[in-house]
Amino acid sequence: MTAVPPPRPATVGIVIVSHSPLVARGAADMVRQMVGDGVPLAWTGGNAEGGLGTHVAGIEAAIEAAWSEAGVAVFVDLGGAETNSEMAVERLDPARAAKVAICNAPIVEGAVVAAAEASGGSSLARVVATAEELSS
Amino acid sequence: MPFDAADLTALIALCRAEIDRHGERLSFLDSAIGDGDHGANMRRGLEAVYREREVIAALPLPAALERIGLVLVMNIGGAAGPLYGTLMMELGRGLPPDADMADFATTLARAVEAVARRGRSGPGDKTLLDVLYPVQAEVAGRAAPARIAECAQSAARATEMMLARRGRASYLGARSVGHEDPGASSCALLTATICQYLKEHAAP
Repeated sequence: MTAVPPPRPATVGIVIVSHSPLVARGAADMVRQMVGDGVPLAWTGGNAEGGLGTHVAGIEAAIEAAWSEAGVAVFVDLGGAETNSEMAVERLDPARAAKVAICNAPIVEGAVVAAAEASGGSSLARVVATAEELSS
Repeated sequence: MPFDAADLTALIALCRAEIDRHGERLSFLDSAIGDGDHGANMRRGLEAVYREREVIAALPLPAALERIGLVLVMNIGGAAGPLYGTLMMELGRGLPPDADMADFATTLARAVEAVARRGRSGPGDKTLLDVLYPVQAEVAGRAAPARIAECAQSAARATEMMLARRGRASYLGARSVGHEDPGASSCALLTATICQYLKEHAAP
């Protein structure tokens, strides 16, 4: 009889929300360089018309793309990115919304540090705490 | 006053036209202390509501207001989308069917508080709340529509001398003083438009 290894615990996903698609994509590139494909990752940037800004539908899609049963940590730049992210989270099914955290951390450093923490299999709470230490 | 689907359709068209007429000015105000896109964002939001006006107006009023909020959130973007969206969605969720003015006043007060929580702002922070708070107080006091409109416009003008404590304008510190807040300005325009309609269509 072959021993079945226990299933690998899910890895926390990372979402990057910037007003600029270039910033969001650049931050995501830095995360990938750090942790490879080991962490679910998605980014969104720009408004619905492609200009600078953020929009709820784009954020919802990014959360969906980086979804993990272990949860998703969201990194934002300026105020509108934060409030639009809150609206996106509130539109999720409540059970899912409880597994999404918008982090109070700088977008680039926060996402990289969080991804490194997540890649080790840490819980969402641990990932968020590590990223938010940057702001304390 | 009775308020039916025709009233709501007419009001949506009027609000859209008013924002369109003042879009340049809203963006100009926003370029002084923000990122200069408030006019374009508001136009996009009101245009989206206008496109859906027939469907929206066919809903019971609370559901229609909630739907307007959702359309605004999904289309305005920026910082204003979640604020206007929260206001309308909370109004829609809180209003009982066949609401009277007392119900409306109570629900508006709760909706304004929800906007404050969303923006983590309060009075005097140089945001659209500096229009919403006094408007809500006038509504609670059963002021006539003309009085509420006047109050909204003077409240928006009063943001000129405020120091921004929230949003991108807050990064400018003292340099934010001397410019009217674009969110307060659009909020006053919309309030005045709604009040003008209510004044003209009040039951005799």
